[in-house]
Amino acid sequence: MKTETDMASINEIWNWLETVVDPEIPVLTILDMGIVRRIEIRENDQVAVSEFDGRTNGEVTFHPENAQVTLFITPTYTGCPAMNMIAAHISMEMATHGFTDISVREVLQPAWTTDWIPESARQKLREYGIAPPEQAARAERLLFSEVSVACPRCQSRNTEKLAEYGSTACKALYRCKDCLEPFDYFKCH
Amino acid sequence: MRDFLLLLADNTQILGHRLGEWCGHGPELEIDMAMTNLALDLIGQSRNYYQYAAELEGAGRTEDDLAYLRDAREFRNCLLVEQPNGDFARTVARNFLFDSWHFFFLEALCQSSDERLAAIAVKSLKEVTYHLRWSSEWVIRLGDGTEESHRRIQDAFDHLWTYRGELLTPAPFETEATSAGYGVDLLSIKPRVEEKLTDILSRATLRRPEDAWMQSGGKTGRHSEHLGYLLAEMQYVQRAYPNSVW
Repeated sequence: MKTETDMASINEIWNWLETVVDPEIPVLTILDMGIVRRIEIRENDQVAVSEFDGRTNGEVTFHPENAQVTLFITPTYTGCPAMNMIAAHISMEMATHGFTDISVREVLQPAWTTDWIPESARQKLREYGIAPPEQAARAERLLFSEVSVACPRCQSRNTEKLAEYGSTACKALYRCKDCLEPFDYFKCH
Repeated sequence: MRDFLLLLADNTQILGHRLGEWCGHGPELEIDMAMTNLALDLIGQSRNYYQYAAELEGAGRTEDDLAYLRDAREFRNCLLVEQPNGDFARTVARNFLFDSWHFFFLEALCQSSDERLAAIAVKSLKEVTYHLRWSSEWVIRLGDGTEESHRRIQDAFDHLWTYRGELLTPAPFETEATSAGYGVDLLSIKPRVEEKLTDILSRATLRRPEDAWMQSGGKTGRHSEHLGYLLAEMQYVQRAYPNSVW
């Protein structure tokens, strides 16, 4: 029989996931990005669901080697090639903690938005040299208005867009006209 | 519903493939990257539709089978998206004609009675907002640019205009989709598409071509000769090495 020390809690899973980073932007974890939406655990007849928002049912415990765990992730962009890698990293992280029955599934609703990135993560982006998304992501504003973007190095708003698409689909390329540095801007989405 | 899903899947897949052909050949590095990023978004969107279509079929086929093992006559995409890239102006004009329809189409599809389709539409619309902005800006830049860029983009619109009508003309399975509630009433989005076209063309100092005879047939499998060549390249690996997977 298993002992109490072999048990894991849902809160621990959330903590483990905090160590999985976005392969394109390694200063952000997948939880900073809001990519993991829900964890579902099943062990024998017991089922527990924990939502990302509020981290519900965090105290529930179970035996990793007997449990089936399903992690629901949402893609940032539909064609983002990082999603496969993120799913693989999640599975590996869970496997190192004794899980054997792991599945990672994609959900599309609600659609991922940059509005989910908290201020702490935005600060990490700035320090990394990427300007964080400027405004709430609303389609009309993106289509019809120009965004003023602050340079992540000198904070000047005297910047210009060089290209709508930068090193990845989620970023645009900008240049600061004061400190003259080019930089990536994480677009609103 | 399967045909309707394949229309959406094939449109995005074929245009995505065309844009991918620019990889390494763009007139500038930034444009090259933009076009491949657009391709990535479109191919990602097509996967959502293909996966759904494959599940609905329930015949054990996968998204890969649908993309790589169907012949030209089974493709449902509009003729516009299979047209060759031509010069950069031709590609920009083709993208703009598609984007200015795609954006309003997806906006309407967000209200689909089918939850999964609506979710895909909400997701895709975010990406397509940037696509439309990108192609609109380039139409204006080329049209209102030099004498040569103006001439080339005007030629491109003159040439492609005949493929525009199909986007707004429903195939029988689309009419069915509209009455069943999961599709989009093309007539209802037409005024907004027209308004967008007129606005951007006039800002680009371009002449709006006359609406004359419009080509059609892609949605029911009657394609231009270009699709066969495109598929020969796109499907090569899967045909030469059957059952290979990522």
